[in-house]
Amino acid sequence: MPNHHNGGWSRRDFLRTSAVGMLGALAAPSVLRAQAAGVKLGILQPVTGALSYSGQQGRLGAQLAIDELNAAGGVRGLGKIEIVFGDAQSTPEGGTAEVEKMNAAGVAAIVGGYSSSICLAASQAAARYDLPYLVDVGVADNIVTRGLKNTFRFGPGFGVIAKTAIENLITLNDQVGKLAKTVMIVNEDSLFGSGLAKLLNDQLPQKGFQVLETIAHPTPTRDFNNVVLKIKSQNPDLVVPANYYNEYVLLARTMQQQKVRPKGIYSVLGGAASSYKFVKEFPEAAQYVMDCNHWFDPRNQKAMALKKKIEDAGQFFTYEVYLNYSSVMLAADALARTGSVEHDKVITALGSSTFADHIMPYGPTKFVNGQNQGAAPVNTQVLSGDIQVIFPVTFASAKPVFPIPA
Amino acid sequence: MFSPAILIQAVINGVLMGAVYALIALGLTLIYGVLHIINFAHGALLTMALFAVYFAYKVLGLDPYVAMLAIAPLFFAVGYGLQRFVIGPAAHGDDRSVMLVTLGLAIVIENLLLYAFHADTRTIDVPAGFNVIDVDGALLGVSRVIGFAAVMLLTLLLWALMKRTDTGKAIRAVAREKLGAELSGIDVAHIYAVTFGLGTACLGIAACLLIPTFYVNPTVGQSFILVAFTIVVLGGMGSVTGALLGGLFVGVIESLGGLFFGETLGQLGIFLVFILVLLVRPTGLFGERA
Repeated sequence: MPNHHNGGWSRRDFLRTSAVGMLGALAAPSVLRAQAAGVKLGILQPVTGALSYSGQQGRLGAQLAIDELNAAGGVRGLGKIEIVFGDAQSTPEGGTAEVEKMNAAGVAAIVGGYSSSICLAASQAAARYDLPYLVDVGVADNIVTRGLKNTFRFGPGFGVIAKTAIENLITLNDQVGKLAKTVMIVNEDSLFGSGLAKLLNDQLPQKGFQVLETIAHPTPTRDFNNVVLKIKSQNPDLVVPANYYNEYVLLARTMQQQKVRPKGIYSVLGGAASSYKFVKEFPEAAQYVMDCNHWFDPRNQKAMALKKKIEDAGQFFTYEVYLNYSSVMLAADALARTGSVEHDKVITALGSSTFADHIMPYGPTKFVNGQNQGAAPVNTQVLSGDIQVIFPVTFASAKPVFPIPA
Repeated sequence: MFSPAILIQAVINGVLMGAVYALIALGLTLIYGVLHIINFAHGALLTMALFAVYFAYKVLGLDPYVAMLAIAPLFFAVGYGLQRFVIGPAAHGDDRSVMLVTLGLAIVIENLLLYAFHADTRTIDVPAGFNVIDVDGALLGVSRVIGFAAVMLLTLLLWALMKRTDTGKAIRAVAREKLGAELSGIDVAHIYAVTFGLGTACLGIAACLLIPTFYVNPTVGQSFILVAFTIVVLGGMGSVTGALLGGLFVGVIESLGGLFFGETLGQLGIFLVFILVLLVRPTGLFGERA
């Protein structure tokens, strides 16, 4: 019990109660809406905490897919989908706790997770019940290399993303006579950013680039002045950011403020680099930023119709939306083909999936050890207030502008 | 090794950022110093203030620095009302209950903001957010320089209020000897609420200073609160001077730590200094023994 001194609190009480209070504050109540009957689908997203914007966008995509499916009668043979929402609270522990609740609620599969750390923990928790788990975004390669039979990823992992990013960077650089030689990487320090930074550090030197420095930062980071000072002092040809939305915006704004102008900003999974929100709010900071990231198929009419629907509703068509939309559609397809909610059967159906009615430029799904083999990122560039596809050439909407004009 | 120009700019950046930390910590330490309570709602109230400044700009078109004139009294009223009509009555005079009430308030405020405005990150685009002052090659953000000047002025005003006014005297009397103050005719409940109001008004001002270069979402306050708690303990709980110098000190340590050891490890510097101070001077740099 705390000692009272003149009716107050001692420093020890303060520290002790601070720690208890902090833990209490972190344990905010989660959202769980379980309903009876029908086929239940768990939608797990971090809708509170540091990743809540992405989590809410992911939930939006999933909700749109389910609304669409239910309007057409639900899953063939199983009826309407009932959503069991879960809030991972932006932590892996939050994610695993929700998996337990979803399993108890009797979901046929779980879609989501968003961050690599949450996906890693939540899919492992689901594996204990052989509960099918569809990763929506989490890009860490080990999510699908642990031999978990229940875990599937529709989108690309960062091995493929880094490879594509580097190949496209080389093509880009070759076109301008190998103008860029030095690189600085700015990455967030969790599984996603640090894993990606390690891959880039391994591969970029082999391709003739010199990595001057790799700057890791936590999420959230309050101030990017120091990071930008370091960039300024080393003057790299390219800055490669790999972080989440808020930090990306702060970094880009600080670079603009400090008048740091490298030859190119070439993001790999840059949190804001291919975000319409960022482009709209900070057109000047966003101009010429390139990104290798998830992107919908602009040739797909369904994708364009969904984009319009979301933008008409005043929302932004972000990668969380279209990846979750597609992942839910994929889960529904597997459920329809097996006609059962038994975990083993759903896992087998997902494993043999050749689902093509999605909105990503991947072709029909083909899973090997849980990873969709056709999944690949796209390179974009912000040009005159819009986001254009610059690679692959097959559906590029603009030619890249590199180096950034003086 | 970094050039002297980079080092100097890092120190200046640290001081400028530290000033805003100091202001947030100032509110916290003031409330602790007088009410002897730990206000866990401090971060949530900062978030609320950031939303208020954001909407003042978006809806009314008020520049954040102009909005300060309205936001500060508004948040004084919010703080006054919270202590007088919610925290005070709900706590029934028990310090532990106060802690729980403020913790509850934090959860309620954050979740209401999340419900009302979603998790969307919002930013504003004002010239101060991008303009710089060139001081011998070091580019200092205008918003940070304004922030620093405002914090210094505010600390001076707060000091004058505490030393030169009857309210200040009453606050100091209540802080030192609550029963004695009550017996001398001071309305303790009112003084508690005034102090809580002043602490919350500091957050209102901090929000106006932060928003030109920062963002707001329903959990943004949390990213400042751990550092504010650290400053309060470092500077000495209840000490206004301690909060100011502690804030500046933490800003510089964070900045240099980030420069030399990276942003992730740089944060460790703050806590290493914090542990050292606790070992060598447990009452904090400017704290008095309980």
